[in-house]
Amino acid sequence: MSLQRVVLDPFVNNNPVTLQVLGVCSALAVTRTLLPALIMSIAVIAVLAYANVSVSLIRHIMPRSIRIIIEVTLIASAVIVVDEVLKAYAPEVSRILSVFVGLIITNCIVLGRTESFAMSNAVGPSLLDGIGNGVGYSLVLVFVASCRELLGTGALLGYPVLLLAADGGWYVPNLLMTLPASAFFVIALLIWLVRSWRPAQVEVPEHPVAPAEFQETA
Amino acid sequence: MESYLNLVLKAVFTENLALAFLLGMCTYLAVSKQVATALGLGLAMIIVETLTVPINNLIYQHLLSPGALAWLGLGHLDLTYLKLITFIGVIAALIQILEMVLDQYFPALYNTLGIYLPLLTVNCAILGASLFMVQRNYAFGESVVYGFGAGLGWAVAIVAFAAIRERLKYSDVPAGLQGLGLAFIVTGMLSLGFSGLAGVRF
Repeated sequence: MSLQRVVLDPFVNNNPVTLQVLGVCSALAVTRTLLPALIMSIAVIAVLAYANVSVSLIRHIMPRSIRIIIEVTLIASAVIVVDEVLKAYAPEVSRILSVFVGLIITNCIVLGRTESFAMSNAVGPSLLDGIGNGVGYSLVLVFVASCRELLGTGALLGYPVLLLAADGGWYVPNLLMTLPASAFFVIALLIWLVRSWRPAQVEVPEHPVAPAEFQETA
Repeated sequence: MESYLNLVLKAVFTENLALAFLLGMCTYLAVSKQVATALGLGLAMIIVETLTVPINNLIYQHLLSPGALAWLGLGHLDLTYLKLITFIGVIAALIQILEMVLDQYFPALYNTLGIYLPLLTVNCAILGASLFMVQRNYAFGESVVYGFGAGLGWAVAIVAFAAIRERLKYSDVPAGLQGLGLAFIVTGMLSLGFSGLAGVRF
């Protein structure tokens, strides 16, 4: 696989969230507004790149039987650093993200990529794979967060975009978008969109509907 | 007593880890094709949450919180930044021990739950419950009740979802929504239903 493919594939063709079903938890939870989603994306890209590189560096000297615990420890130390940096330089965002920064440890994208890619590849490609998957995840996060903030509050990053009816404009905010449930709906629509664009990703139904000529007439 | 009951209600319904905080979604979506397996995973979840949250609570209060090491003459230490790595270590070790104990003394239970336990090590609902416990300053008693409630809520959510999914596979859906897409929409509707229970209390 060429290096370019390593970076670009996770954007759409092999997206961690919409196709591999990894890291969905945090993808949904921090997307009520755009700013925390952006910060979260940067944090995940950093942790993913660091974890992939360090696992790839020590992959030959790591005993296979205890590799999971070593990987988790490496990831956890990176997350602690990110958490402390956020607390120091962006206390406001750190408060909004609350426990979700810590939960990057259990974000299955990170462990999934170290296991399936960094364990068997050199440092360079591992770094690129980490960044590529991080960006693929971020694209989903930013899309969902933009939809929810724009439709839910009429603003983006806190700046008004759609004039609210309450302020003499025309837009009545859709409060559904501020509920956790809307994250599921937006991501489902995103999956529908991606799979209409890339039909190869469509799942085969377990029980396909019989063609019309075989259906019993009522 | 009443406050404990309210804490359970809140953890199961309004603050459901899966449906309100969207935690543990990977396992939730992956292991919900059949009610029987969902039930097994749910049970494992309840056991692990009820054990890990109180244990982490004790460790946090007596070793990590600011000034907790005063009995060693180290009262100036604030080790709270170690909580992430400690909690994940405790969870991983505890699940490993639980697996061995079940294997040794309760083979029947091990056969039903065994395969789900390793899955729970990297489940964010478990680490999440411990982090929420710290953030909300639960005392030991509250942490036991909260751990149980959080596990129960997650179990209820996945069993309900699996039951719907068993029916869904016979339905005729648009090609792009087949499988994952539809699963998300159904979870969204479940989440809406659970948020409708906000405000129920004793």
